[in-house]
Amino acid sequence: MSTITIRNVWKEYGDLVVLEDINLEIAPRAFVALVGPSGCGKTTFLKMLLSEELPTRGVIELDGAPIPREPSVERGVVFQRYSVFPHLTVLGNVLLGRDLQAGGVRGALFGRVFGAQRVAAEKEARELLTAVGLAGAEAKYPAQLSGGMQQRLALAQALIARPKVLLLDEPFGALDPGIRTDIHVLMRKLWHERALTVVMVTHDLSEAFKLGTRVVAFERRRNEPTDGGRYGAIIGRDIQIWPTRVAGVQQRSDQISASGRDDPLPQSEQRRDDPALNGAAG
Amino acid sequence: MRLINRRPGRGAGRLLSLLPFAATLVAYLVASALRRAENPDDKLLPSFAAFGEAIRRMAFTADPRTGDVLLWLDTAASLERLIVALAIATAIGLVLGVAIGLLPYVRSLLGAFVAVISMVPPLAILPILFITVGLGEAAKIVLIVIGVAPPLVRDIALRVGDLPPQQFIKAQTLGASTWTVVWRVALPQILPRLLDSLRLQLGPAWLFLIAAEAIASESGLGYRIFLVRRYLAMDVILPYVAWITLLAFLMELALLALQRRAFPWFAAARAEA
Ligand SMILES: Nc1ncnc2c1ncn2[C@@H]1O[C@H](COP(=O)(O)OP(=O)(O)OP(=O)(O)O)[C@@H](O)[C@H]1O
Ligand SMILES: [Mg+2]
Repeated sequence: MSTITIRNVWKEYGDLVVLEDINLEIAPRAFVALVGPSGCGKTTFLKMLLSEELPTRGVIELDGAPIPREPSVERGVVFQRYSVFPHLTVLGNVLLGRDLQAGGVRGALFGRVFGAQRVAAEKEARELLTAVGLAGAEAKYPAQLSGGMQQRLALAQALIARPKVLLLDEPFGALDPGIRTDIHVLMRKLWHERALTVVMVTHDLSEAFKLGTRVVAFERRRNEPTDGGRYGAIIGRDIQIWPTRVAGVQQRSDQISASGRDDPLPQSEQRRDDPALNGAAG
Repeated sequence: MRLINRRPGRGAGRLLSLLPFAATLVAYLVASALRRAENPDDKLLPSFAAFGEAIRRMAFTADPRTGDVLLWLDTAASLERLIVALAIATAIGLVLGVAIGLLPYVRSLLGAFVAVISMVPPLAILPILFITVGLGEAAKIVLIVIGVAPPLVRDIALRVGDLPPQQFIKAQTLGASTWTVVWRVALPQILPRLLDSLRLQLGPAWLFLIAAEAIASESGLGYRIFLVRRYLAMDVILPYVAWITLLAFLMELALLALQRRAFPWFAAARAEA
């Protein structure tokens, strides 16, 4: 059930200690929002969860087993930028998660699913695109999409690979406030509907408290220039959100805070952010 | 208004771009007329009538001895060498460039080696080629490949390195193997960039082709130019030069058109990056 256990994890770059003895246990289907001042090591932490970087010391376990030492399908990711592939259409970007997992010699050779499998994959991809509000934009290329649409696409693309853990590094950091609110609604919906444990780095405290079940704050207790990077960041605060949010159980308080309006959730799914989409759909 | 903010209109822009061509033409005509006024038999700057006569002879009349039309014979010979060589260089560039750009082990193994090899002046080893592979077609093709492949390899390796690392991480989280990262992520994004580097290598490729043909050949555009040079036949040389330039220019246009048609996403993606 995708418990993430971080045990005595240190990360150092040469003489610079970035993270110091981090211990954290993340429950299945939790939504952990990771906050902290710039440069305190949030991205570094996420990179370790992704195995893009390896801890200098300590272990990270997923369901009791150490995570693989390279990125793998059980850990999906959405970055702030460059998450989607510019040379693939919207549909192609989502299909990629199926394509790259295609079985057989032909699948491994071409990185593509064929035949009936392809039909099924396309259907699934289209459903996912509809779920993230991108129906009608299937044939476009990412460069033709707004920033908000690109991040919706990145979410769909990550989710089709059915990750147990979804890692997000300031995924909505570059979006306008209105668009961000809409995509928050989507993010919460996806978290409710899918068996996902989410770890999201954000600079936006209100976003952290709005979406998270738990807010973890990194901080550097000692940050004197004379320390010369000998002390890394630690977990300064670890706040359980109350009233407790439970994945799959939608609460009224969620809906209000998510949309900022009193609409029931299904209606607030209606996107306002992407004028280009209306043109494409209509 | 500042000069940096002043732009020509559409018509004016066209006219401006034609201007240097027209100026060159006029300068030639004047110089040629002046010289021929002095000496009607001047060979250095022939009249356009002389060009017309030479073109008719070279491009539209069969050689009485062999029955070949020389210009087409030369063009076919040169283009065949050039295209075969560019195809080989492109294949080498893609395979090695992507491998060096993507695989740390290959980068450690070959990165420095390719950097050094690309500094060897190809023309300096032309004699070695003639000694080792003989004076035939192979030497000319190998010369072009040696001249063009190393810069292609380096350029492609750099461009693979320029792809955002997030893409490779992302592909792995979607289940990609090393090979499918190459096939589905790196290669498709490198191909349009390859066409750019190939365009830039057209100049050197022609240079090496003509150099090789000038030294040892029985046909080819470079061979012909250097052959008729003995008779000071400017009336043949200049149209040949113009023809080579036109061919190179058309190849450039073709590569550009291919890039636009085959990779419709590329222009916008490049503008965004
Ligand atoms: N590859 C690296 N080599 C050396 N130092 C690094 C490397 N990557 C990150 N660092 C350092 O580690 C520290 C933490 O960086 P990180 O990117 O994790 O911060 P962050 O919390 O994500 O910051 P931000 O909020 O600005 O994104 C910084 O001081 C950075 O300079
Ligand atoms: Mg960061």
